[in-house]
Amino acid sequence: MATIILFAPLIGAIICGFFWRLIGEKAAQITATGLLFLSFFFSWVVFLTHDGVTEHIFIMRWIDSGSLVADWAIRMDRLTAIMLVVVTTVSALVHLYSFGYMAHDHAFPEDEPYRARFFAELSLFTFAMLMLVTADNLVQMFFGWEGVGLASYLLIGFYYKKESAGEASMKAFIVNRVGDFGFALGIAGLFFMVDSVQLDDVFAAAPMLAETEISFLWRDWNAANLLAFLLFVGAMGKSAQFMLHTWLPDAMEGPTPVSALIHAATMVTAGVFLVCRMSPLFEFAPGAASFVVYIGAITAFFAATIGLVQNDIKRVIAYSTCSQLGYMFVAAGVGMYSAAMFHLLTHAFFKAMLFLGAGSVIHGMHHEQDMRNYGGLKAKFPVTYWIMMIGTLAITGVGIPLTTIGFAGFLSKDAIIESAWAGGTMASGFAFWMLVIAALMTSFYSWRLMFLTFHGEQRGDKHTHEHAHESPMVMLVPLYVLAAGAIFSGMLFYGSFFGHTDKVASFYGIPLKGEETHVEASMEGHTDETHETHMADGTATEHHGEDAATAHADEHGTDEHATETAHATEAADDHADEGEHHAAFGGNPGDGAIYFGPDNHVLDDAHAAPVLVKLSPFIAMLLGFGLAFQMYVRRPDWPAKLAENQKPLYTFLLNKWYFDEIYDAIFVNPARALGRFLWKKGDGSVIDGGINGLAMGIIPWFTRLAGRAQSGYIFHYAFAMVIGIVILVSWMTIAGN
Amino acid sequence: MQNLISIIIFLPLIAALILALFLRGEDEAAQRNAKWLALIATTATLFISLFLLFGFDASNTDFQFVEDREWLLGMKYKMGVDGISILFVMLTTFLMPLTIAACWNVTDRVKEYMIAFLVLETLMLGVFTALDLVLFYLFFEAGLIPMFLIIGIWGGKERIYAAFKFFLYTFLGSLLMLVAMIAMYVDAGTTDIPTLMNHTFAAESFPVLGIQVVGGMQTLLFLAFFASFAVKMPMWPVHTWLPDAHVQAPTAGSVILAAVLLKMGGYGFLRFSLPMFPIGSEVMSTFVLWISAIAIVYASLVAMAQEDMKKLIAYSSVAHMGYVTMGIFTVNQQGLDGAIFQMISHGFVSAALFLVVGVVYDRMHTRDIAAYGGLAVRMPVYALIFMLFTMANVGLPGTSGFVGEFLTLMAIFQVNTWVALVATSGVIFSACYGLWLYRRVMLGQLIKESLKSIKDMDKREKAIFAPLVAMTLLLGVYPALVTDIIGPSVEALIGHYEVALNDYAPAAELASAGDH
Repeated sequence: MATIILFAPLIGAIICGFFWRLIGEKAAQITATGLLFLSFFFSWVVFLTHDGVTEHIFIMRWIDSGSLVADWAIRMDRLTAIMLVVVTTVSALVHLYSFGYMAHDHAFPEDEPYRARFFAELSLFTFAMLMLVTADNLVQMFFGWEGVGLASYLLIGFYYKKESAGEASMKAFIVNRVGDFGFALGIAGLFFMVDSVQLDDVFAAAPMLAETEISFLWRDWNAANLLAFLLFVGAMGKSAQFMLHTWLPDAMEGPTPVSALIHAATMVTAGVFLVCRMSPLFEFAPGAASFVVYIGAITAFFAATIGLVQNDIKRVIAYSTCSQLGYMFVAAGVGMYSAAMFHLLTHAFFKAMLFLGAGSVIHGMHHEQDMRNYGGLKAKFPVTYWIMMIGTLAITGVGIPLTTIGFAGFLSKDAIIESAWAGGTMASGFAFWMLVIAALMTSFYSWRLMFLTFHGEQRGDKHTHEHAHESPMVMLVPLYVLAAGAIFSGMLFYGSFFGHTDKVASFYGIPLKGEETHVEASMEGHTDETHETHMADGTATEHHGEDAATAHADEHGTDEHATETAHATEAADDHADEGEHHAAFGGNPGDGAIYFGPDNHVLDDAHAAPVLVKLSPFIAMLLGFGLAFQMYVRRPDWPAKLAENQKPLYTFLLNKWYFDEIYDAIFVNPARALGRFLWKKGDGSVIDGGINGLAMGIIPWFTRLAGRAQSGYIFHYAFAMVIGIVILVSWMTIAGN
Repeated sequence: MQNLISIIIFLPLIAALILALFLRGEDEAAQRNAKWLALIATTATLFISLFLLFGFDASNTDFQFVEDREWLLGMKYKMGVDGISILFVMLTTFLMPLTIAACWNVTDRVKEYMIAFLVLETLMLGVFTALDLVLFYLFFEAGLIPMFLIIGIWGGKERIYAAFKFFLYTFLGSLLMLVAMIAMYVDAGTTDIPTLMNHTFAAESFPVLGIQVVGGMQTLLFLAFFASFAVKMPMWPVHTWLPDAHVQAPTAGSVILAAVLLKMGGYGFLRFSLPMFPIGSEVMSTFVLWISAIAIVYASLVAMAQEDMKKLIAYSSVAHMGYVTMGIFTVNQQGLDGAIFQMISHGFVSAALFLVVGVVYDRMHTRDIAAYGGLAVRMPVYALIFMLFTMANVGLPGTSGFVGEFLTLMAIFQVNTWVALVATSGVIFSACYGLWLYRRVMLGQLIKESLKSIKDMDKREKAIFAPLVAMTLLLGVYPALVTDIIGPSVEALIGHYEVALNDYAPAAELASAGDH
């Protein structure tokens, strides 16, 4: 079944891409979409029936060189299952949506077929993404990694006649390559240390890596930290994190369904997936994990600041994506991988929906994307309005505080903020505040988008507004499905991703402490660990550096903490069934889909977070809403005034912190200049000049030697060769006797 | 099949002789006959060489299909293949029919053109199969004569300059190699390559002009061969002949030059330098690794600045050959596997890229990148093929270009992380120049009047690309086809190399010092 899920999109891409002339464009589109729905259906079957046990499915040999063996194979565990569901669901819906969105694209003349190409590239992307998430070794993951990069390149550049699209697609590919540079070095380093690229071997070696030094460049480093860092550089590129984020806003040059699928729901989350996938390594790499937290937190903050002032509707959502990815990285970095995956899942639904909703507006507004030309569109787009409203409620995190009832983003974002608070390191403390502030800004820019687009007066071209129309059914149905996801996915899956330890452990197939079949010998000081008590009053507990919690029968006294933590009711119910004992994650690296180290009790601490911490994102959300309401509904003249008063700050944000300009100045232009210099001066003057000079001295000498046989250089050459052979042969004849 | 190798090697030569002796006239019929005969001869060679491939036993690391006869003046005619050379033979026989098909539209002195290619095929195959020093030297040097003629007669405007450059570079290198060969003969008393591979050349240090030469005679011999192979590769900084030669050569000439002739240097390192002068190689390896890394970055940067399509691809070849020399001198399984794989893959990919340039050159008669733009509008099939090979050149996983690059990077990290860092940055630069070229030629609006009536590829052109597309993808998803054949021989070579180093104490110290 996994094999069918994996290859159906590839077959779809091939049929649609190469045989559409035979079967017709419409049939090709239907084939690709039909095959994707097949994948989608099977993915859900796999997800719902998966029992948490890791399965390996061999497909074919691939690279085999000495000890470096990488096969085409599927690793089926909970992480893979989650990603399968996310990828195929969004992809199938985007395929469906594209029937409507791409039906009449004015960028192409009537006689130029483009639909089959679009669907083929979408399916190709899906295949590459599935290869990435099902990979059983790092090399196959790299295949998927670069494969999605290719598909992204092709789709961003879909309007290939547009200069800006060509430029954006190139930028996306190259910036991603910068990340891949780190990823490739990381794989090389892991192979060097572990002598294998199989994930299982790498996981098993993680404790060893934590205690090994590796010499890299000018000094020795802790192997686990260095390698985790290098892999994370790859993740930064793919997930558009701070410093490698510049390609993502430009990627909005692609058609909107592409932005929804690739640049919101799936490809950009690959970096988060990578960190979660490599959780055994990151658990043993505290330095690299802190770096992940810092980068995630900075991205969440900085992308949100830019999102505040952008006018292009898609760019606002793009920066929002960038910011939300930062949230996920914070969660992964503090060790709460399941919270990262939770937000990845919910975000896929509501962000894809926001993009597709925006696409619906753009489609209906004849490809107008500037929000300054929108306004009052509620009447023209009633369905889209409510869809976008649900998306906004989900992304800003609306729900009933201190319960598990709320929109998807409410549960997953709060889970991350609580995890950041519970991280107990300097990095996570920093991240907590950044994320809360970012939550305020998220709320602000999301409501700003809503108000500017759907409320207020109609602005811009009258004609466009008159001809604005709601989208056809084929585009609205995917939105309904995603809306359901955006509303319910948080509540449905809270227990599995962020509920009680027991529940999370069984979801991911992680053994609980005490249930382990054998004691890890590699972990030192394991036996005399003391269980740590959680403070019942919910004040901050300092866990850093303390030993792991172990489940002993005599620890019933500490159990109240589970009840007074305001975590999911269903998790609590479940907990009651499990018996009244405190559970903790156990097992060896690689036993479950994700690994929590013995010192990792962020989950429990997050549940035990004080009420104020749990309320903080909600308060931030309300503030953001209030501000947006004040500025864009009650006093629409404020934004312009504020921009005027705070001109330097406004320009700074509007120009995206000047990253593009800085990069052009320090990387792009110098590289080009250096290239020209090396070519003209290096090759031209120095090398050729030197050799020509030498030649002027030598050639006349050879010419004399060759007896002035002036019949061209070829003759010289042949002659010299013959002389050479004669010398060699005569020498042999003389010396041989 | 005692004479299989000789049959494969001399079949094209016989066809050339038939052309030279029996084909008369310059009319269209004669031209057509010449082309067909050449195509049939090269195709027949390909089919016969398949017997070699299927009869080859990969687990046997000795030379196979060996022919050993007396020849002129007491010299030996000895031929054979092992796991390292057989794929180069296959690469050559595979590409020759495509090359002939690629020059189907040539009308100038067709008979001579065909003869030149047929003779060239014989000589190239001879290089990869010769097991005697004299024979090797003969094929190695003689192979350049037909190439000179191809550039010099059927080439572009500045063909004489290009030929001059080629001559100068190659000649100096070869001269040193000749001296080294004489020295080897004096030392070992034989020109038999398998015997020389097991001969231990002196490695005691001695001073030359006041400088102590570590590794002694081996290092000197190594350097002498290095001079020749480095030019052929070509390695930085003796690469500047290549862009000029490519630019001036006709399409088919560029294809063979990039796909096969450049591989002779790499093959030479594997056949001579590593097995015969292991200590010399070890002494020089750090130097070669750095030169390779510089080549990758330098050539990539220069490629970014190019305005001529062929020059850009030529510089990209220099960068890709950097991975090859880097892989070879890591002397570990992944490095050597990767280097050989990279050479085979580059054979297909660079051939295809030069053919890609040829397609538009045939139509517009310019290689100037600025003369194009927006071709994708009118040439969708061409756009797809160009994209595929651009990606293969960039080293996208799933294409053959990835495997070699990836393996050599895995290998270099085990040896020297600084070089690894510099070399890995090549993956960024290759994307820059590759996509930049593609964008300028294919994307954007088709606004240039001259391009408005340009036609997409015809059936013949598609047929030429089909096998290259197939090989690029096949080797990308199933590289075991190659690594299974070369693996055992590479392992044996590394084993031989390490034994030699262990027998030589100073080198062992050197190696352990080199780990850091």
